[in-house]
Amino acid sequence: MGRIQLKKVTKRFGDVEVIPPLDLTIEDGEFTVFVGPSGCGKSTLLRLIAGLEDTSDGLIEIDDADATALPPSKRGLAMVFQSYALYPHMTVRKNIAFPMKMAGMDQAEQDRRIEAAAKALNLTDYLDRRPGQLSGGQRQRVAIGRAIVREPAAFLFDEPLSNLDAALRVGMRMEISELHKKLDTTMIYVTHDQVEAMTMADKIVVLQAGVIEQVGSPLELYRTPRNKFVAGFIGSPKMNFVEGPEAAKHGAHTIGVRPEHIDVVESGGEWHGTVGVAEHLGSDTFFHIHNTGLAETLTVRAIGDVKLNHGDTIHLSPRLEEMHKFGADGLRIG
Amino acid sequence: MARAVTPQRKIANTAIAWAIGFLIFFPILWTILTSFKTEAQAIASPPIFLNFDWTLENYAIVQERSDYMRFLWNSVIIAGGSTVLGIIIAVPAAWSMAFVPSKRTKDILLWMLSTKMLPAVGVLYPIYLLCIQLGVLDNRAALVVILMLINLPIIVWMLYTYFREIPVDILEAARMDGASLKEELLYILTPMAVPGIASTLLLNFILAWNEAFWTLNLTAVDAAPLTAFIASYSSPEGLFFAKLSAASTMAIAPILILGWFSQKQLVRGLTFGAVK
Repeated sequence: MGRIQLKKVTKRFGDVEVIPPLDLTIEDGEFTVFVGPSGCGKSTLLRLIAGLEDTSDGLIEIDDADATALPPSKRGLAMVFQSYALYPHMTVRKNIAFPMKMAGMDQAEQDRRIEAAAKALNLTDYLDRRPGQLSGGQRQRVAIGRAIVREPAAFLFDEPLSNLDAALRVGMRMEISELHKKLDTTMIYVTHDQVEAMTMADKIVVLQAGVIEQVGSPLELYRTPRNKFVAGFIGSPKMNFVEGPEAAKHGAHTIGVRPEHIDVVESGGEWHGTVGVAEHLGSDTFFHIHNTGLAETLTVRAIGDVKLNHGDTIHLSPRLEEMHKFGADGLRIG
Repeated sequence: MARAVTPQRKIANTAIAWAIGFLIFFPILWTILTSFKTEAQAIASPPIFLNFDWTLENYAIVQERSDYMRFLWNSVIIAGGSTVLGIIIAVPAAWSMAFVPSKRTKDILLWMLSTKMLPAVGVLYPIYLLCIQLGVLDNRAALVVILMLINLPIIVWMLYTYFREIPVDILEAARMDGASLKEELLYILTPMAVPGIASTLLLNFILAWNEAFWTLNLTAVDAAPLTAFIASYSSPEGLFFAKLSAASTMAIAPILILGWFSQKQLVRGLTFGAVK
């Protein structure tokens, strides 16, 4: 079991309120991702759940029991740190065994679990090495191994992939998702990378300045962002925002159209501009369009390799049914 | 890219390094050489470097005239005692300053260091009077406490810098893994800090061993360590350089040998934190 509830949880550092009173429920077995720009309080929130920071106010309940005042060691949660935080003076085997040793588990059971974890994480050949002799990806696996052996109520991940190179990151992302499917344990994952959030999460919590902007499944956030912040944060490349008369035409203060929802047309089209930088990815081409009279730059995705040169005039047709409308306060109106 | 070093440059650098090393070591070498000369050769002008009649006579006389072992024992007690006592007090102090710093931590550290800027002679009189009042003049225990207090700021600073190098993440990981504060100290922090604690012990032992101001001023016979042993050979009726050198050589030999065997630890200790 691993149902975590935050009730009016507040965190102040001195006079600065980094997390205003916040309510959130994370259901048992759910993969929840906290995402937001740096400094939005997502790591602080995770550390509050872990017990590494004290709450200034409010309640934290784990499986309906009050855990607000419990020290980290008594909460039954496991954490994987961005820096891996392995014990450098211990072998991989001892690193993985440490939480079981602290729990006073008998040696035979410890050995059995170490073998099982090492096998699952491809670490069998490295059990007698020290962390210093491992690569970044291997260290990350050891950190995960150390977390899974004690079968915690929930796993907490604090930006676990940001120290890995891009290729490894994609691989580890899959491995963590696989692990979640296999263990079916609650996982809370903190990242500033919206792609990680979109690909891994059952539920995404978008945070800004300690405030929850929206909670929902990846596609809910993509399709019906509650406000301009979420609309701009989720999706890559970013949503285009247009204000002024063009927005007024659609009865909104601001309209938002994602780059993939603007079609490049031969002639006609509602919007026109000149081609700036083009990013050719092979499968797609992203054009940055200037001189549209709508916004400084519009980003447009064209499928495949579209031949348009710098300075060419381009005709665009936004899909009206995919258009997002926002009021002057930034909230979604349609 | 590494800078290109020509072979000539390399030879020149090596020569300069050896020359500086020799310059620093020369007084010690000269003391050792002088200890094997006769008194007349010791003050000969121009000085004789190697071409003299090597003799052990000075060592025999020094051994005969004073009880070397008693001084040595006092040095061991005073240096060892003050170092161990200092570490016992400094570990928790440095721990709390490194891992649970308060608003005043930086000020306290600087204040501690500032006490090292006070000339020792400035407090000689009050401390001397205190020792008389308490009846602990020429007392080993008193010297242990005084030298511990003198070196405490350095011990705390060194340990503080060591502890600061230990990533807080690792200690937090231990907490998440179910370790209590005691277990965290025992299984994680201490093993990781062992090199730091060892070189702190070593450096402070050497500092306390070489400390002369307080040991000379506060001892007479019973508690006199090797510094007093050397000083006893500089007499007002004229210096006996060869015998003084023999006494000095005997006094510095133990610490020199200790330093030689632990130089790797010492260098690591003193440069720790400088290079990431």
